[in-house]
Amino acid sequence: MIKKLNKSSAGKRGDSVRSDCYFEIELKNSGGIKIDLKSKVDTMYGESIKQMILDMCNYFSIKDAKIICEDAGALPFALAARFELAVNRLFPENKKEYLLPFNEKNLYSTKKDQLRRSRLYLPGNEPKFFVNAGLHSPDGIILDLEDSVAPSEKDAAQLLVRNSLRSVDFYGAERMVRINQLPKGLDDLKYIVPNNVNVILVPKCESAEQIHQLEKEVEKLKKQFKVENPIYFMPIIESALGVIKAFEIASASKNNCALAIGLEDYTADLGTQRTNEGKESIFARQMLVNAAKAAGIQAIDTVFSDVADMEALRQSVMEAKSLGFEGKGCIHPRQIKVVHEAFAPTNEEIEKAKKIVLAFEEAEKKGLGVVSLGTKMIDPPVVKRAIRTIDLAVMNNLLNKNWKAK
Amino acid sequence: MKLVKNAAGRFVPTEVNGETQIPFKGVDKHKPTGVKAKPPIRSCIDYPFDGNKVVKDLKTALKKAGLKDGMTISTHHHLRNGDAVTNMLFDAVKEMGIKNIRWFPSASFPVHSHLIKYLEDGTIHHIEGSMNGPLGKFTTEGKMKGVGVLRSHGGRYQSLQDGEVHVDIAVILAPTADPFGNATGDRGKSACGLIGFALGDSEYADKTIIVTDNLVPFPCVPWQIQGGNVDFVVEVESLGDPKKIVSGTTEVTKSPDRLLIAEYVADFIEAAGIMKDGFSLQAGAGGTNLAFVLFLKEKMKAKGVKARFMRGGSTKYLVEMLEEGLTDYILDGQTFDLEGVRSMRENANHVNTSPFTSYNFHGKGNFASIVDTAVLGATEVDVKFNANVVTHSDGYLLHGIGGWQNCLYSKCTILAIPSFRDRIPVIVDEVTTLCGPGELIDVIITERGIAINPKRKDLIKAVKGSGLPIKDIKQIKKEVDEICGGAPAKPKVNKDKVVAIVKWVDGTVLDSVFQVEK
Repeated sequence: MIKKLNKSSAGKRGDSVRSDCYFEIELKNSGGIKIDLKSKVDTMYGESIKQMILDMCNYFSIKDAKIICEDAGALPFALAARFELAVNRLFPENKKEYLLPFNEKNLYSTKKDQLRRSRLYLPGNEPKFFVNAGLHSPDGIILDLEDSVAPSEKDAAQLLVRNSLRSVDFYGAERMVRINQLPKGLDDLKYIVPNNVNVILVPKCESAEQIHQLEKEVEKLKKQFKVENPIYFMPIIESALGVIKAFEIASASKNNCALAIGLEDYTADLGTQRTNEGKESIFARQMLVNAAKAAGIQAIDTVFSDVADMEALRQSVMEAKSLGFEGKGCIHPRQIKVVHEAFAPTNEEIEKAKKIVLAFEEAEKKGLGVVSLGTKMIDPPVVKRAIRTIDLAVMNNLLNKNWKAK
Repeated sequence: MKLVKNAAGRFVPTEVNGETQIPFKGVDKHKPTGVKAKPPIRSCIDYPFDGNKVVKDLKTALKKAGLKDGMTISTHHHLRNGDAVTNMLFDAVKEMGIKNIRWFPSASFPVHSHLIKYLEDGTIHHIEGSMNGPLGKFTTEGKMKGVGVLRSHGGRYQSLQDGEVHVDIAVILAPTADPFGNATGDRGKSACGLIGFALGDSEYADKTIIVTDNLVPFPCVPWQIQGGNVDFVVEVESLGDPKKIVSGTTEVTKSPDRLLIAEYVADFIEAAGIMKDGFSLQAGAGGTNLAFVLFLKEKMKAKGVKARFMRGGSTKYLVEMLEEGLTDYILDGQTFDLEGVRSMRENANHVNTSPFTSYNFHGKGNFASIVDTAVLGATEVDVKFNANVVTHSDGYLLHGIGGWQNCLYSKCTILAIPSFRDRIPVIVDEVTTLCGPGELIDVIITERGIAINPKRKDLIKAVKGSGLPIKDIKQIKKEVDEICGGAPAKPKVNKDKVVAIVKWVDGTVLDSVFQVEK
């Protein structure tokens, strides 16, 4: 390795820090590895932390160094990410990655038409939010590398997100990462594609070309790392140009699973203010829904930013649902339940769907090509929507999954 | 120090601070009999006929009370972290040159770290009460002259009654009092609600001193403490800061993970059939325990269910339930916030209680076992449902027992706790210090699932099919160990040096706290 500096640091320190740590590595010419550990969990895990540091030093061929570790109860995946970052900052040419074992609970894949009612944003450089996020049962978890990460900490977030994709159990939530705006975001891919990311969110997307670029890079990495699970894309439209190009973007790749809208940037781009009524964005939202549906993918609404007002959130979701959106962004775990309830079908919808599904099955049994309910003919898409409604009802505990058995 | 293995399998001393101790024999297996302690006979002719017991200052009162080396002085924690009286008291004791006091507080708070210098210079010999924060650190490092004794609120009353602790001088802070010594906590500029923890002391101590910053002409009504038990009254500028009776543990959590736990608690209480007309509950302090009340409230409203009584630690959340007609009564053990204080003063259905009625082992029954469900916290729980509330996993004392042990007697005791805090597992193989035997703990509710004590087959059956995440406690422990990177190492302690003992509600010794080696 080429040595550029002899001292580097990484991570967070201070009284308000929780579940994170700070490392300082100072290279020496002799004396071996000296560890100065101050840990809130010294009694319980002090020895194991020291052993981990020695392992990492050995792995990165660091033989003589003074290492300061201030630990506020960081879990192993965070400790390892912070240490590796300090190493990378010391040796910018370092290509080696210190990878913790892949938690086998994290190997699942998802479907293109997966339920995506809620997706919870987690700032990519805040490990304390990761471990319990899945317990709140969002449909998706977004590890964010973009706007929630300070420019000087992008390298930190990349390692942390990589490690958490490997180690943290998200309890079945779809594993999403929002990369940085392209082309910078292409640098993020090597941290996530080999680590079973399910969906890549592409911010500020403005052209099909960007999706093609992304797809090419993802395919290359998938081949290189022998990744077999599908990786879907969710372009986020956040500008006037993006809105105009919405269909082109939505249909740019077979791997697109949804099109999302981000209204903060969009309204700024229009030179207007975001209001609660949302008149200023009605065109953009309708355009986006239309483009997504035309391309056969899901339309996903923006986040709702007042985390204290659950009633307004519910209203906002009802409105989004009526426009044709199938999902909403969440910035706080407490929003998830409200979003799911608001997207859930009504009793009326469920009753109607039950009749349609039963009629469809009856027709199939009889070998009829046409499904009818009373005097009305029922088209295949209506059946498909009814099945979706039933699925949603079951998932929201509104209907027993054995409802046909009575 | 000779240690023996008690019925819980823990090693405990048979003698502490020169007094013989009885090792824990099992839940409800020890029953002292006979007459052990009685207050000495007093006569009214020894007291001023005009009823004026006011003396110049605290030092005068202590002198008149006959303070000597080696005596026991009791204090109470009604002002929690806002208490200025205890510090003032020991400043006076120090000035008088008195040594080797046994300090018998109902609880200690960080504000009492002021007393560390008196523990160091020998003014105070040891603490029998709780050793929180800095006092806990001091004790755990083996710096206290004597051995600490930790008791529950009920255990404190029991220790007065069966002669374990004889109080020489009780110093009772009273937000309002009259010159005769009648005193109340529900009014005055330092109002803190009730001062029920001092009741036993006022009855059993040789001498009782009331300290007040709101002296009113006779009579002080209501009188939570009766002047007939009081020797001296001292007026001071200020008792402390009543705003600080609201400590960190009495605010509703904002943490989404703790709110999830609270939601599970409310769901469980409903699913298990506990939430029905006329039911009762006890909510402890701590953000999660307060939050579940809010979730339960919505369920009660939705189903039109009303409780008969709720036990506090009262807070504004319980007060709202009372005022909205969701419970007939609050039976209050201590008041955790100023809304609770107001309600107690204004609402006859907000009733003040004492450890005697609520928790006392030597009472003819007590409230704790009548309660349908108690929702409590813990610092650690092990796979046998044993729980710890006094030490941290690093072996350091950090909390008192409070009413926690007594509340374990409720019909359904629920511990609402995170499965780990940062990287500190809460669900462990074996608790660092045993404070509550697992046989009394029915349900553990964490963010990672709900574990029901296998011996509560009725509860297991009741919540079957409810959709709640019911798990084996060992499964939760396994998940926690995976997240935290293996089981936590145990603290290195000096097994020859007991720094404190934990008493069970009946006065026997349940466990020992050992000196932590640095």
